[in-house]
Amino acid sequence: MPSYPDDYELVTLAGAFEEEPHTLQAYLDRGGYTAVAKVLEGGMARDEVIAEVKASGLRGRGGAGFPTGLKWSFMPPAEGGQPQYLACNADEAEPGTFKDRDIMRYNPHQLVEGMIIGGYAIGATVGYIYIRGEFWEPYVRVQRAIDEAYAAGYLGRDLFDSGVDFDLHIHRGAGAYIAGEETAMLESIEGKKALPRFKPPFPANYGIFGRPTTVNNVETLASVPPIINRGGQWFLELGTPKSGGTKIFSVSGHVAWPGNYEVPMGTPFAELLELAGGVRDGNRLKAVIPGGPSVPMVPAETILETRLDYEALGEAGTMLGAGSVIVMDETTCIVRAVERLAKFFFHESCGQCTPCREGSGWLHRVIHRIENGAGRLEDLDTLLHVGSRIEGHTICAFGEAEVAPVASSIEHFREEYEAHIHGKGCPMAASGRVSRRVAEAG
Amino acid sequence: MELPEPVTRRIDQARTRYPAEEPRAAVIEALHAAQDELGWLDQPTLDAVADYLGLEPIKVYEAATFYDMFNREPVGRHHVRVCTNISCWLCDSDAVTDRLRERLGIDFGETTSDGRFTLTEVECLGACGGAPVIWIGRSYYENATPERVEEILDGLE
Ligand code: FES
Repeated sequence: MPSYPDDYELVTLAGAFEEEPHTLQAYLDRGGYTAVAKVLEGGMARDEVIAEVKASGLRGRGGAGFPTGLKWSFMPPAEGGQPQYLACNADEAEPGTFKDRDIMRYNPHQLVEGMIIGGYAIGATVGYIYIRGEFWEPYVRVQRAIDEAYAAGYLGRDLFDSGVDFDLHIHRGAGAYIAGEETAMLESIEGKKALPRFKPPFPANYGIFGRPTTVNNVETLASVPPIINRGGQWFLELGTPKSGGTKIFSVSGHVAWPGNYEVPMGTPFAELLELAGGVRDGNRLKAVIPGGPSVPMVPAETILETRLDYEALGEAGTMLGAGSVIVMDETTCIVRAVERLAKFFFHESCGQCTPCREGSGWLHRVIHRIENGAGRLEDLDTLLHVGSRIEGHTICAFGEAEVAPVASSIEHFREEYEAHIHGKGCPMAASGRVSRRVAEAG
Repeated sequence: MELPEPVTRRIDQARTRYPAEEPRAAVIEALHAAQDELGWLDQPTLDAVADYLGLEPIKVYEAATFYDMFNREPVGRHHVRVCTNISCWLCDSDAVTDRLRERLGIDFGETTSDGRFTLTEVECLGACGGAPVIWIGRSYYENATPERVEEILDGLE
């Protein structure tokens, strides 16, 4: 368990480090279900809820960072009898991301409450939580929370005698990274292959079963109850003027204590690294992927000077993404790391768009041959050229994502690629393996 | 073929979560139910699921072949899946996969001759704070090491 400075306020991981934090009783003890009461019993209008969320500066925590209140305002008014949907994206599969898993395991009721409030705000009477199929424990915890909420009258008909209905179901996935793309998720909820849809129409007009739908990430929705209870302004001021609130950063790789750290937006990267115990074994930091492999990697000297918010990371040439901070120390072969990511994207391309389906394979094969000593100097231009033919030529953002690690690593670590090519192989380790701990290897 | 009762019960339950006119939405849960009961999804099972949901078989085949969790071939009693994606690799999943292969005497995608174990390499399991991660049945085993591999396998029937 991380030890936080005393003035840190946990929003979505509140209570997560207590005993049995996932039960209804534990959540009620933390003030649970008072926000939805404030909305429904207190007679807050839909617009007022949306205005509060807009004021909070909350932006989508799944990766895209789209302002949540604005997204909600795109939903048309509900027409009599026709359902509208709120879908929660719990398909957490971006490598390096494991925050939603902990919210679902330790604070599932806050997600449920956030969905009831969100559903009311957008005129949805049915919600689906799309949980990746591999997640069993989170599924059990969330299902239990839903059952408890029904039994306590927080879900179902005429909530708080307000005339508002909301039903909530889990839809389990079955192993497909692309199902986390919001329109692919809609297809998957319909029982189809998770192929991203052309947009427009956008989900707010044509979503699940062709009905208006909003998709929000777990962390986004779990942020809503505290925003309602304590005000948008309070949340905003936890972070920076353009990146409101706190954010969970999933820190993995070469740190002493990998784990989830919920910190205010705008926290310096160096501070987060310190919370995570610093680079393992006192090694030197080499590079960081701050938002999951779909965003560009940055070298140590850049990230150590950067704050963790949408704007600062943008200025540093990368993105906040899902807050998935992958730390690589001096023992890491960048080419090998990128080769692994290229293999991942090749495996997960849904195959719908030719540039992505074919391009992801080319990227992987070329990097593979460089790592294995058969690279040619012109390969680097080939990689960048292939990348430029993928980016912007696909239905969804997967195209940009698969190019990010390749292009950014060539930009920042070109000499390492060249060393592989000139030396006909990986200079990092004769064994072809990066040692886990320098100390043990010695 | 007839689907076993536990499978049809779960499919019936799943149907209640979606509008009555959208039986296809229950396909993924139906395939989970069938696989939990039968271990893998053969052609007659897929056809039976389609029949039970009143769908053209192609709609069930599409889901069964698109999603990685569905086994289209028999697997061992214990399906050992190990993540080798970036965070796990950085924490030396190579040593873990080496030990798994050594101990089981099989490579990725293979099943031991006694039918007890199938070994599969998988992408990120969303538990990278505990890298490297091994996934068997419904459990994640985090912070895996070659030594832990021995313990985990010894603990399985
Ligand atoms: S990279 Fe292995 S669990 Fe995420």
